[in-house]
Order: sequence, then structure tokens, then C-alpha cells
Amino acid sequence: MSDMSSFIASPWGAALAIAAMTLVTFLCRIGGVVLMSHVRITPRVERGLRALPGSIILATILPVALDNGWPAIVALGAAIAVMATTRIDLLGLAAGLGTLSIIRALL
Amino acid sequence: MSSSPRPFFSLAGLRYGARASLPAFPGFIMFAVAFGTAAAQKGLTLFEAMGLSAFVYAGASQMVGLEIWQKAWTPTTILTIMTVTAVVNSRMILLGATLQPWLRYEPIPRSALNLFLITEAGWLIGTRYYNEGGRDVGVLLGAGLILWLVWQFATIVGFFAGALVPEPRTFGLDLVMPIFFSVMLVPLWKGPRTALPWIVAGLVSYITHALLPGYGYIVAGALAGVIAGMLIE
Repeated sequence: MSDMSSFIASPWGAALAIAAMTLVTFLCRIGGVVLMSHVRITPRVERGLRALPGSIILATILPVALDNGWPAIVALGAAIAVMATTRIDLLGLAAGLGTLSIIRALL
Repeated sequence: MSSSPRPFFSLAGLRYGARASLPAFPGFIMFAVAFGTAAAQKGLTLFEAMGLSAFVYAGASQMVGLEIWQKAWTPTTILTIMTVTAVVNSRMILLGATLQPWLRYEPIPRSALNLFLITEAGWLIGTRYYNEGGRDVGVLLGAGLILWLVWQFATIVGFFAGALVPEPRTFGLDLVMPIFFSVMLVPLWKGPRTALPWIVAGLVSYITHALLPGYGYIVAGALAGVIAGMLIE
């Protein structure tokens, strides 16, 4: 056991920490696929999964947008508006970034 | 979905996926440069920083990992960083769940590689393509591979030249990931009814974020959205 502790305390400890983080992250990455291959995908489950991409996006951006105040909200709005009208993702991205920089330059 | 064509894999898909990932580059570069810079400031070696970017390859958990990084490790600190990483990355279980029908016929080694390379951005690019009727698994892998490469490159840049990078706020780059995410929201829109679970997800996420520290708000909001989607006919 003391051999183990001295190994962990050595520079190899960092490699072990990275390996441990890699392992649990990989388990999270494959977990959903493994789980769903054992679950029957009923229409209800399918509806839930279909709602996931938009839900993840809203769950990620809404707190950030509200924390950053109206310039962030206007910038996200501009990105969505340009993407909705042009359907070109790079233009939407540029519109969001441009709007935010202009607002900040003027403030 | 039974009328959809059977999933397949092609090299043309790889190229398409790599090209379709372009809008995610600015966010990846921003985040990985910030990580490389923070890792160097924290005193990590290049090998440690690159090890985290190459193998863990999950931005939020890499940043949180830096906060609890040790000069000399003990079994307890290893267990701590492992647990924190699992909590931060638990939302990836949800991403994988939606990919199962697409990856069903794939050989296991290729699926393992594909899933090792999964990030929210790559998954959103793949999901957009899948929702438009595409079934080429190469697209998902192409997005995963190119984004992984960008991540490694930007980590090195941040590690060595972090101090030279201009203030990101000037160009709005501190919010480039949320802006990319909102752009990716548009192709998902199929009328107001599809957005009801999204609103539930956003509200639950915001309330969780206001009440609890850490990154748990994303998985809380996402789960609420899935449950709302299951309940709303």
C-alpha cells in the first residue's frame, strides 16, 4: 500500500489523475448508447429524446444570456434572426459576434 | 422513423462532417486557448495539459480539473477529481442516448472512437444532419476528428502564447459558444410545440444555476426538457 501511495505521489500521479478522468468521461460518453440499446424506444421515449438537443441548448445558453444582460440577449437574438433568414450558420455566428462587439464598443 | 434509410459509413461523410464543423471552430479555439493558458499559469507541464486535452477532451471538466489539480497526488485527491469529472460530464450520457439509433449497426471499435470524440458541438452538428434525413455515420466521426484536432492545436497555442492573445471580450468571443449554440437552435425549430420542452429546460436550468454552484444546471435543465417532451403529446 505504501508503494501505491508513493507511486501516486510521484510524477506518475498526474498521469493517473488524467487516466482516471479519461475513464469516467469515456464511461459518460458511451453510457447513453449502452443504456438505450437495452431500452425499447417507445413513441414517448422518442419524443423525449427529440426534445433533448433544443433542451440542452436552452439549458446552456439561457443562464449565460441572463447573467450577461441585454447585450448578450440582443446578440443571441441577432444570431438566431440571421440564421433563420439565411440558413447559413457562419453568417449567424458572425451576426452574433458582430452585434455583441458593436454594442460593447458603443457602451 | 422506420421509413428512414439504414445508417451507413462513408469517407465522403467524413469530409462533409469536417466541413460542417467550421462554425464550431471559434468556440473550440477560444475555450482550448483559455484552458492552455490557465494550465500553464497553474504550473502544469505541457504533457499534463496535452494529456487532459487529448484524452479527457471535455472543456468544462478540464477547467474544473485545473481548480483541484495537485502537485503531489494522493488516492483521495485522485478519487475527488474522478468524481467531480464524472458529475460535470454526466450530461454526455444524454447525448449518447440520442445517438443509439444512428450507431446501432456500427462496428464496436468505430463506435468507441466516435463516442470518445463526442462533444456537444460535434453532437449538435451530427444531430442537425441526422434530423435533415442524413444517416452517414462518417459525418459524426468527421466532425469529431476535426474538432479534436482543433482542440489540441488551440491548447498548445494557449499554453505557450496565452499572454499574447488579445482580450476576447472586445470581439464578443467570450460568448462565442452560446452564440454558436443559438445558431444551432434554428434548424431544430419545427413550430412552437417543439419549443415547449426547451422553455421548461431553460427555466429549470436558470433556477438551478441561481440556487446551486457548479455546472449541474445544464444536466438538470436538459433532463427537465426530456421529461417535458415525454409528457407533452
